[in-house]
Amino acid sequence: MRILVAVKQVIGRDAPLRVNAARTWVEENDATFEINEPDAYALEAALQLKEKHGGEVAVLCAGPERAAKTIREALAKGADRAVHIELPEAAALDALGTASLLARAAEAEKPDLVLTGLQSDDLGLGQTGVVMAERMGLPHATIIMEIDFRGAAVRVKRELEGGWFQYVEMPVPAVLTIQSGIAKLRYATLMGIKKARSKEIKTLAAADLGIPSHPAAVIERLYMPPRARQAQIVEGTPQEKAARLVDKLRTEARVL
Amino acid sequence: MAGFRGVDYMMIDSLFSEEELMVRQTARAFVEDNVVPVIRGCYRDGVFPSHLIRQMGELGFFGANLEGYGCAGMSNVEYGLIMQELERGDSGVRSFVSVQGALVMYPILTYGSEEQKQRWLPKLASGEAIGCFGLTEPGFGSNPGGMLTTARSDGGDWVLNGEKTWITNGSAADLAVVFARGDGRVRGFLVEKGTKGYSSSDIHGKLSMRASVTSSLSFQDCRVPAENALPGAVGLKTALSCLTQARYGIGWGAIGAAMDCYETARQYALVRKQFNDRPIASHQLVQEKLAWMITEITKAQLLAVQVGRIKDGQRAEAAHISMLKRNNVAIALECARLSRDLLGANGIMDEYPVMRHLANLETVKTYEGTDHIHALIIGERVTGIPAYC
Ligand SMILES: Cc1cc2nc3c(=O)[nH]c(=O)nc-3n(C[C@H](O)[C@H](O)[C@H](O)COP(=O)(O)OP(=O)(O)OC[C@H]3O[C@@H](n4cnc5c(N)ncnc54)[C@H](O)[C@@H]3O)c2cc1C
Repeated sequence: MRILVAVKQVIGRDAPLRVNAARTWVEENDATFEINEPDAYALEAALQLKEKHGGEVAVLCAGPERAAKTIREALAKGADRAVHIELPEAAALDALGTASLLARAAEAEKPDLVLTGLQSDDLGLGQTGVVMAERMGLPHATIIMEIDFRGAAVRVKRELEGGWFQYVEMPVPAVLTIQSGIAKLRYATLMGIKKARSKEIKTLAAADLGIPSHPAAVIERLYMPPRARQAQIVEGTPQEKAARLVDKLRTEARVL
Repeated sequence: MAGFRGVDYMMIDSLFSEEELMVRQTARAFVEDNVVPVIRGCYRDGVFPSHLIRQMGELGFFGANLEGYGCAGMSNVEYGLIMQELERGDSGVRSFVSVQGALVMYPILTYGSEEQKQRWLPKLASGEAIGCFGLTEPGFGSNPGGMLTTARSDGGDWVLNGEKTWITNGSAADLAVVFARGDGRVRGFLVEKGTKGYSSSDIHGKLSMRASVTSSLSFQDCRVPAENALPGAVGLKTALSCLTQARYGIGWGAIGAAMDCYETARQYALVRKQFNDRPIASHQLVQEKLAWMITEITKAQLLAVQVGRIKDGQRAEAAHISMLKRNNVAIALECARLSRDLLGANGIMDEYPVMRHLANLETVKTYEGTDHIHALIIGERVTGIPAYC
């Protein structure tokens, strides 16, 4: 079985966040970077599938040069090889552009399964995997918690809202977007870290993939949410106060 | 409280490669997830978290800086970073890994026969087998050269008689590396658990290193076949060479304990308020202590990196490692004391790691060459005059 895992490098959760001078993104100079958390679970799911069914796990990542660190971490955890679509620093790709690049590179790998996180920790659009499937002409399923690989088909458990789950069976190849927290993430063993040195990382230039790089959607302005500090004093008798408070909680705050 | 993020005042991380930082991350995450949640209970109960042994083996922690026979083949700097993170968790966990790698696997790899290496190293690396190192005796600690344990050559076998004490992992060990005087020389032997005439008993009542097993070993006409003698381990020097390996790891480990104390105290000082609702961190005397700690930790890190780099270049001398061990343990102990002070009454509680580190570091100061002994080694290096007697 050939599994391809698309991973993204995002700004670390512990990194201090400041809006950049152009007010279009966060300041990356003093940031730390790490693997997008749902992608880490996609990688874990892929490695577990490989342990069970054999085959190969390849990592696919579109990102600037620094993203190679995240790729090497994935190789240290047990991925067999990687494809790095190297983007120019600060390339402003939208989900459509990224997914198109990933899809073009993924097609050449002829995978049985493509796994990726259900969304990214930075933009949180939840579109990349889905658009990628569409571009590749493959079926997809989102918010996956379990994968039961059955040769020509795959049966997956999806998380719906309100504690509901759905089981879907679909043919392979397919694209699955993986939910966070579905398994215990493994550590990179010391032997794995050493072995990663000799694993292949194929580098592709975005331009070679023939995808127009001007985005269909751009971020116009990024800003910190304004701090809204409002206090309202509810007046009246205790009964009136309670009634008004309930009314406000229901109609204004909408928490009841 | 968020997980431990290390202490880096002066871009020390820029001295490490990406791979070295990845190794540290593995050790750090392992400690955060597996050691921190259980260590308080282990320390109270006086037990070693033995359920972690196989996992540490799988990750490659045992004999990590050794090459071949299932060992991870890490550099000395990478090995040091692992020790730092482990001791951030607890000195007892780091001690286990030090003994297994530097005091048991290292002598087998360096002084053992091919057969001994093949038989023991893969099992010790995976944690399937546990080792201990018996050098200290009731009457001979700082001066192991005076040891009384004897090995008598008898019909091709060696017959051991004597007693070893303060032996980490002693009763838990499947294999003991034991030094004894035989045919006029100090020699190293592999003694397997269950060998007739070999027994162990645990030392109770420790107020330090409570999450580590410490035992006495007794040898009474204990017959060891000739093939269990370590062929290359002849002369006290060979025993001391193992200590040099372990001391190197301790020099890094102490930084981890110091970091944990400092970081605990720093965070505590920012939230604990006294006098006019001000955090105690706003008082000059408190800041002076934090400033002292972070300065000494930074110096200790630089010392460790330098010794690690020259060790990787095969240029580190025992006297270099003495400076690393002595300095870093001493400052770690002082950091623990200062942190204990800054935490006030809370500082004596096991809810915080500080008192545990403080008690542990008292052992770390004594074992693997006391502070005094390392001063004498450094003194001899700079004067040429040995002053041990
Ligand atoms: C928890 C624990 C685990 C241990 N694990 C092991 C183990 O796995 N294997 C092992 O073999 N040993 C082990 N040890 C023993 C340890 O290495 C010894 O305790 C250490 O070498 C010191 O010996 P001692 O306790 O006999 O102290 P002593 O040698 O009696 O020293 C007592 C004091 O006298 C000072 N002193 C002695 N000689 C001189 C001198 N010439 N000049 C100046 N001062 C001097 C010392 O510095 C110290 O302050 C362990 C000890 C502990 C506490």
